[in-house]
This record gives sequence, structure tokens and C-alpha cells, in this order.
Amino acid sequence: MNIVENFDLFAPRLINKKELLSSGHRACSGCAEVLAVRLMAKALGENTVIASATGCMEIVSSMFPTTAWEVPWIHVAFENTAAVASGVEAGLKALRKKGRIDDRYVKVVGMAGDGGTMDIGFQALSGAMERGHDMLFVCFDNEAYMNTGIQRSSGTPMGASTTTAPAGKVSIGQKTWKKNMPEILVAHAIPYVATACPSYPLDFIRKIEKAKSIKGPSYIHCFSVCPTGWRSPSNMAIATGRLAVETGVFPLFEVENGHYHLSPDMPKKLRPIKDYFKGQGRFRHLTADDIEMIQKKVTAEFNKLKEKAKFLKTGNE
Amino acid sequence: MGKRMGMEVAMAVAEAVGLCNIDMAAVYPITPQSHIAEHLSDLVANGEIDAEFVTVESEHSAMSAVIGASGTGARSYTATSSQGLMLMHELLPIASAMRLPICMAIANRAVSGPLNILNDHTDIMPQRDSGWISMFVENGQEAIDMSIIAFKIAEHKDVMLPVNINIDGFQLTHMVEPFEMPTQEEVNQFLPPFVPHATLHPAKPVTMGAFAMSDYFAEIMKAKDEALKNSKKVILDVWDDWAKIFGRTYKPVETYMADDAEILMLTMGSMGETAQVAIDELRAKGIKAGLVKLRLWRPFPLEEIKAVLKNTKKLIVTDRAISFGGPGGPVFSEIKSALYAEAQRPLIYNYIYGLGGRDVPVPDFVGMFEKVLADTAGKLADSYEFWGVRE
Ligand SMILES: Cc1ncc(C[n+]2csc(CCOP(=O)(O)OP(=O)(O)O)c2C)c(N)n1
Ligand code: SF4
Ligand SMILES: [Mg+2]
Repeated sequence: MNIVENFDLFAPRLINKKELLSSGHRACSGCAEVLAVRLMAKALGENTVIASATGCMEIVSSMFPTTAWEVPWIHVAFENTAAVASGVEAGLKALRKKGRIDDRYVKVVGMAGDGGTMDIGFQALSGAMERGHDMLFVCFDNEAYMNTGIQRSSGTPMGASTTTAPAGKVSIGQKTWKKNMPEILVAHAIPYVATACPSYPLDFIRKIEKAKSIKGPSYIHCFSVCPTGWRSPSNMAIATGRLAVETGVFPLFEVENGHYHLSPDMPKKLRPIKDYFKGQGRFRHLTADDIEMIQKKVTAEFNKLKEKAKFLKTGNE
Repeated sequence: MGKRMGMEVAMAVAEAVGLCNIDMAAVYPITPQSHIAEHLSDLVANGEIDAEFVTVESEHSAMSAVIGASGTGARSYTATSSQGLMLMHELLPIASAMRLPICMAIANRAVSGPLNILNDHTDIMPQRDSGWISMFVENGQEAIDMSIIAFKIAEHKDVMLPVNINIDGFQLTHMVEPFEMPTQEEVNQFLPPFVPHATLHPAKPVTMGAFAMSDYFAEIMKAKDEALKNSKKVILDVWDDWAKIFGRTYKPVETYMADDAEILMLTMGSMGETAQVAIDELRAKGIKAGLVKLRLWRPFPLEEIKAVLKNTKKLIVTDRAISFGGPGGPVFSEIKSALYAEAQRPLIYNYIYGLGGRDVPVPDFVGMFEKVLADTAGKLADSYEFWGVRE
């Protein structure tokens, strides 16, 4: 029986019922990013402190004097989330050691969008990971600066039209390949790096739980469909996320202490990327040649990943 | 009573902070602050301070990390200079709006460009409106005392604001000075443990740093302004507490030979000691000169300044920074606006000096007084001049 198809049957038993990101937040309808954040909070549970970057998820969840957060949560600025989380971790560690707070383990989590992770927040993240703080950092990648109006980031994929890399008579839109953030985190030699997508909720939750259990730095790159920014129907966000995985545009994998595993949800054979591009206005202008060019890259990148999974898997050193 | 000893001031500041039972520090190296970072690291490495020392990758992250740590209720400390302070700039008003009692030493240094590592006040002046309590010290003893006092002020329940202590880079940070270092028992007696009102802990979840639009933003700004203004009362009380234990008294505005002075000079930071020597020389010549030292920069001690300047005929305001294209130095503008509504106010002169570490010896101070005294018609008043600068 397929767990995802029968989600309603399994979910109550597998997932924390308590909502730690409560309803009433202001995200757009059909936003898969906020769904991912909600699932993350459930998987983390109550013994968590979250530091958030400026961006959609911060704005939609913390309109003063209200808050959607049922766990301790702090927002300071856009680019410094990993540094704020470093300080939270250091503070809690010192206070626990000195007996000034309850003697219980609290997971510190940093969260940011693709801009807050891959561009402006890159240095702070690299620093925090290198220093080895006991922290999970989750990048909610919706492939552009959505909060400020769909501007390109280094996470925007080749060919996508955004407001600062628009498709035009002499432009295909984004002219650069998406920065490979998970690999950059692997290069930090941290214990755990994974990719995930809320279209595969149980896989996503399992990865969050695994990261939570690690005492040290971990990173999850979460593919987060944004119907508003991608100009795709808001009832198709989950399906769009699944297509990104099934076409290999966003493969699901884990890297534990340098060992690669493709996640169980990865299909044996990839679908063509045009299936994924079809439903999204941001790719509408692409020609068959453009799509062919991108298809080649997606196939090549996926083959590279498969090679790593083959040669760098546990017990194969 | 504390221990009499001699040491480089930057290291002594780290020692003083070490007496404050801090829980966390995050400091990024920059000359002339680095000796504070290095000595703090030593104290942590030798187990003399039981704190987490986070070796951040920038000053932006240093300030971010102390904000995060302070949010958990940890007593958190940082220090910086110049470019580092400019890099923190974005976060300073956030720290004060979040009402986090962070303490920071600033080893004042000129801001680029051109790059320069020496002392002036061009780093702190752009931070004036960030909502921090901001004070200046004149010598090593004051730097030590204020480093400890800062925590008590910042963490007071009626204050809950960050504090920065300005210590002139090199001129002060790198001097080996004699001083009295308080003992641990004395500091324990003076400084109570930090009792935060809300913390980042699952025992009682809170949201910090929420997003506020026009329906709340202005009220939050007003609350911050009131908190900063009201902090003056606590600052005065805490200085009193200090005096009771240590016998050293501090005031927002200090004076030297000012009571009967006909001409006054106003300084901030370490220049005060040199100016004092110039005053002695002038007095020996029969000139009724005096000195006003502005210790408290924010909250601005409006009443005290007015009282001290009430009877003087001429006032020389010295500035170690400039507001380019503006009316003069930042301290000059502040003092002028403080006195504007007074029925009786002095002619005010402004000298911008000591930029980028340019030495200002005693004869220069005497020269400023002589130039202003010679201006009997008051023609030079109300304007500024770069002192001792080649055309
Ligand atoms: C220093 C700074 N520069 C720019 C901004 C404006 N800004 C706020 S959120 C944002 C984009 C956020 O994009 P991303 O991190 O991808 O998150 P998303 O909103 O897409 O979830 C930008 C550019 C800012 N707040 N601070
Ligand atoms: S713009 Fe996109 S990411 Fe932001 S709330 Fe709307 S759907 Fe979600
Ligand atoms: Mg984004």
C-alpha cells in the first residue's frame, strides 16, 4: 500500500497531532513552503527553538501582536539566521551547564528561504556549520525571493522567468544554473545533509527526525513549491513537487557522514522534465531547444548523483 | 578593596568582564579591539571564565550571536571597532528594540576610507540613533569600572537595553596603566544575577522579533525612546551603588575648573586628560578656562549639560568626527540644539580634531583657547574648523 496515497490513514499514527505552527497564518493558499514548515515543526516537537530569517515564512507567521508559533521562535534579520541560531545554541548550552534552565535537551533550528540561505545568508551558514554548533538548518527553497516579489536568487533554476531575470526577446530568464547548495554543505563535512520535499511528507518528517537526533550540525534542503511565484495553480503544489522529484529536477537523497543514499521515493526511471515544466508559468516561454538543453543538464547531474550513491555508500569505502 | 595593578587597558577590560559571570561572548578580531577578544579567549581557555566563546566569522555574526544568546537569557558580551561596528550597524537597533541587555566595548577607531586603524570617533557617531545606552571613558580605571557597571545598568528591569562603552583605540586600549581591579567578591556584591523577563525556552514559548506594520510600529519606537530616556535614572543609581562599594563616583557630565570659568571646552573620551593639562597652563596665565567632559552620550544628559554651561560666555566643542556637508561635528550639533532655547547661552565654537589618530598635544588645546579668546567680536562662533589640517 502506498503510504502517501493513503496519507489520511497513516498520518494520525505517524505524525505529532499537535500543531506547533498554528493555523491563521497569512501564507498564500496552496503554499507548499508553509506546509513544509508546519510538518517540520510537528516533526521537531516542543523541545525546539527556531531562529528564522526574514522572508515569506517570517512575515506570514509573526504579524505583531499575533503569532502562529507555539514553539520559541526568534527573528532578527535576513542574512544572519545561522549566527542567531549559533548564539541561541551557545546561550542554552551555557545556561543548562550552569543549572539556570531545565536540564533537558532542546534542539536549535535555523530556517531561511533560498535567498536567506544560498545568497545573503551564505556566510553566516558556512560559519555556523564549520564551527560545529548543535543545530539543524533548513533551507525552504522556493527558487526566488518571493517575499519581495519573485526576484531571482542563486537558487532560481535556469530558464525560469523572475522579476529581475525576466524572459524577454533576448533573454530566456534565469541565465545561470541553480547553485548546488546540498553539495556545498556536504563539503563542510557535517554529519548529515539531506534534500526533502513536503510532497513526500513521511520522507520529509523522517529526515527532520534524523537530523534532530544528531548532536552537531545538520542541513536539510527542502524543495518548496510556491504557486504565487511559479505561476502555477494553487491546487497543484503537491503534484508539482512530486514532478520535480520524478523528473530528477530535485532528487531526494541523504548524505550521512559522507555516504550518499538516494531516498526510497526516487523512481528508477526519470520522467522527462517537460512534464514538470508544463504546469508552470515561469517556464512557459521556453522553446523545445531550451528544454532540451536543460534536460541534458538534469540527466547529467542525476547520473553524477547516482555515481556518488554507488561509490560513496555505507560500507563501500 | 580591589587589587592595585598595572596592565594594558584592553586586557584589563577583558579581566573586568571576566569578573561578571558572563555566559557567552562572541567577538571577531579587529585592531585595536583584538586584545580584548584574545584575552577573553585566554580566560575562557584557562577556565577562569565559565562561558561559551563563539568564534564567529564576522562582526555581523558576532552581534547576531549575542542577540540570540541574550534571547535565551544568557549574559552576553561582544566588542568591536570601526569597520566591525559598521558591519554590526544593521543589528544595533534590532538589539535595542528587542530589549536585550547586551554589553559591548568599542575600541574607537576611524572608519574607512581611506583605511586607517587609529583612533577617532567616526565609528560610534553613525550608531547614535540605534537606541543603545552609549558612554565614553577617559582612562583605564574608567574602562574597567564601566565594563562591569554596564551589565548592571543594561539588565535592570526598568532598562533592559544594550550598552556600549567607548574606549579610545590605541590611545587608551593599548596603554599600560595602573589601576585598581575589583575583586570577585566585590563584583558579586555589586552585580546581581541576570533575571530576564522572557526567554527562548520551550518551558514558556515566546515569539521574539515579530513583524509590525504601521498600526504598531510607531508605538514600539516611542516605547524604546521612553525606555532609553528613563534609563538615566537607573544609570545614576547604579553609579551611586558603585561609589558606595568602590569609592569612585561617576556623573553624566564631569567638569574640571568649570565653576568660575569664562571659557569652557567640551571633550569626549581620552582627550579630556590632555585638555586638562592645557587648562592648568591657561589658569597659570590667569585665564579662567575650564573643561566639560561628556561621559554619557545616550541617553543625552540634557539637564546636566544645560546646568554646567549656564554661566559660560564661550564654549569650544571638540569633535572627533564630522557630519559631511552638515553644520559641523555631531557633538557640536547636539550641544547647540540643547542650548538653543536657553535665554542665556554661550558663543559656541567647533573644532574637529584628532581624526584617524592625528596627535593633539597640549599646545594645540592651548591654541584653540587662544584663538577663541582672540575672537572678541564672535565672528568665528557657530561654525566649525578642522584643527591643524593642511589645506
Ligand atoms: C539586508 C536585507 N536586504 C534585503 C532585504 C529584503 N528582503 C526581505 S525578504 C527578501 C527575500 C527573501 O527571499 P528568500 O530568502 O528566498 O525567502 P522567501 O520569501 O522566498 O521564502 C528580501 C530580498 C532585507 N530584509 N534585508
Ligand atoms: S509567495 Fe509563495 S512562498 Fe510566499 S507565502 Fe505565497 S505561496 Fe508561499
Ligand atoms: Mg525564496
